[in-house]
Amino acid sequence: MKKTIERLTQAFGPSGFEERIRALIRDEIAGLADEVRVTPLGSLVATRRGSGSGKRLMLAAHMDEIGVMVTYVDEKGFLRFTGIGGLFPGYCLGARVVFENGTVGVIDVEGKFDRRSKMPGLEDLYIDVGARSRADCPVRVGDAGGFVGPFVDRGQHLIAKTMDDRIGCAVLIEVMRRLQETPHEVHVVFSSQEETTLSGAQTAAFEIDPDIGIAVDVTGTGDRPESRPVAVELGKGPAVKVQDAWMVAHPRVRELLVAAAEAAGVPYQMEVMEMGTTDAATVQTVRAGVPSGCLSIPCRYIHSPNELVDVGDVEGAVRVLLELLRREV
Amino acid sequence: MMLKELAEAFGPSGNEKEVRAVLRGAVEGHVEQMWVDSLGSLHAVKKGTSSSGMRVLLTAHMDEVGLMVIGHDEKGGLRVRTIGGIDERVLAGKAVWVGSERIPGVIGLKPIHLLEKKERSEVTPLRQLVIDIGAEGKEEARRLAPVGTTAVFATPFRELGTAVMGKAFDDRAGCAVLAELLRGEPFRHTLHAVFTVQEEVGLRGARVAAYAAEPECAFVLEGTIADDLPREKEGSPTSELGKGPVITVMDRSFTAHRGLLRLIVAAAEEAGIPYQFKQPGIGGTDAGAIHAARSGVPSAAVAVPCRYIHGPACLLQWSDLEHTAQLMRETLTRLTRRALRRD
Repeated sequence: MKKTIERLTQAFGPSGFEERIRALIRDEIAGLADEVRVTPLGSLVATRRGSGSGKRLMLAAHMDEIGVMVTYVDEKGFLRFTGIGGLFPGYCLGARVVFENGTVGVIDVEGKFDRRSKMPGLEDLYIDVGARSRADCPVRVGDAGGFVGPFVDRGQHLIAKTMDDRIGCAVLIEVMRRLQETPHEVHVVFSSQEETTLSGAQTAAFEIDPDIGIAVDVTGTGDRPESRPVAVELGKGPAVKVQDAWMVAHPRVRELLVAAAEAAGVPYQMEVMEMGTTDAATVQTVRAGVPSGCLSIPCRYIHSPNELVDVGDVEGAVRVLLELLRREV
Repeated sequence: MMLKELAEAFGPSGNEKEVRAVLRGAVEGHVEQMWVDSLGSLHAVKKGTSSSGMRVLLTAHMDEVGLMVIGHDEKGGLRVRTIGGIDERVLAGKAVWVGSERIPGVIGLKPIHLLEKKERSEVTPLRQLVIDIGAEGKEEARRLAPVGTTAVFATPFRELGTAVMGKAFDDRAGCAVLAELLRGEPFRHTLHAVFTVQEEVGLRGARVAAYAAEPECAFVLEGTIADDLPREKEGSPTSELGKGPVITVMDRSFTAHRGLLRLIVAAAEEAGIPYQFKQPGIGGTDAGAIHAARSGVPSAAVAVPCRYIHGPACLLQWSDLEHTAQLMRETLTRLTRRALRRD
């Protein structure tokens, strides 16, 4: 599974620019689904028919990542940029970004800025791709880039860019690999455009019209120095979402996830997230409404080039979902 | 193009009746079907010449930003709130039309002679302003402009050489382009045009219109921010006047479909039409609601650059308006299902 995680995290795919990550996932799931298709907004949907006695389930992990988009190239060839999704200036300083054509740039802050006392805004930052002039610059306005963040395997801990949410994609791919019999019609959605508008999963859900929707995504932890008091810790198992800033998880879906974790003997935590949300928020309000919830992988440094997860939490999430798919819901 | 009539029509969000009437008259006889939906958007369907053509949604919003009366003071002044986003700094001292019967009014302003030194560097907040329609007391004000009456900037349309000035170019410029497309020769594809309502207050008309139209793809036509004015530091303007249609890659409401984007750029380059990219990350359009309709709609937004939008008087270049219509024609002519394919 670590090989898959490495490949997934290292692929290029800012929101709306998911061609490469989609091709990679298509490759990873070859032969694992009865049907694979791409929706009009670019989400990848893999369907396993099941034995027919169960429900129609949608499991979603988003394949897009946050990134930068070039807004201006100045006369000397330096780039100004905006965020694709929630891009934090603090995580940009000193980071590298790569564009679709392979161009790598370094982000720094305007020289007049006082680095010691103030946090810059995105408007104070620029990207240096080593161009000598505007004409010489290998990227243009409207081009998208993503963080460079190599994959590091520290045994129990994995560090890389884009664990959000390639780790969710890896969990669902692993579930597809290990899944034997299921009574359910299972639609695994690798959604597009989560970080910007949540519209990839929303529109896929409209097409699928599921009985239940479950997002698999990352959640922040409260176990770092002076971090916000959040009752989720790294290494204590996957987290069952109660609510986040945009949604309250359907109580029955929450109970299903808890019951599956207990039956599978997987330690789990309950999650209340104050900021941010997941695909489940828009899936929940599609058509006449879809009972929805979320299984989260605890992750430190979300939206940085160095997102850190625990292998035990990842394996736990796979086992909870496999147990859920075996059971009546 | 019929921008004058459109721009001068009274149409704050939720009160688009006059604009709708102008557009209905303009496209009547050039489309096969026309109807008004439950929220007030005007749908017009122009059949394509090919039986294998697509259903393409094209939208432009009819509504404009404005003011709504929320109360009356003892002296006959109308207390108001904004409809859509208006910078409070542009309000004081401006002439407005109150109600579709266009009662003339002015947003009251303390003359400069009476200003305290401190007041000269401050913006009077909207809650301290009233529209003065010359009413003699509360009763008359209430009779002439009851609570809920809406108002818009009173700006007549004027030609200034190659440019024009007027109110509500966001998005009557888009309406003018869309009407022009409908009045021309049919395309291979069926055009499902919608002149939408309530864009400025939350993309409401477009949301239900896209659901109803069930298109294979969509183009949103806009009048967008041109901020090509002198500035202290070299930087990126959102768009510039005279440099052609403004193409959105990503704004706060959606990311354009890459295949459609490539098609629009190729059409512009092949036909020799100037174009520019809108500075990414700014603003939002009806495409935000449209792309997320049903199973998802590949969408793009193309706009006429306009200076001073959401203010009393906007300014645009005729050439940009014409190039936008021309670019849309070239794009629709080249559009195939292949452009929408995702592997």
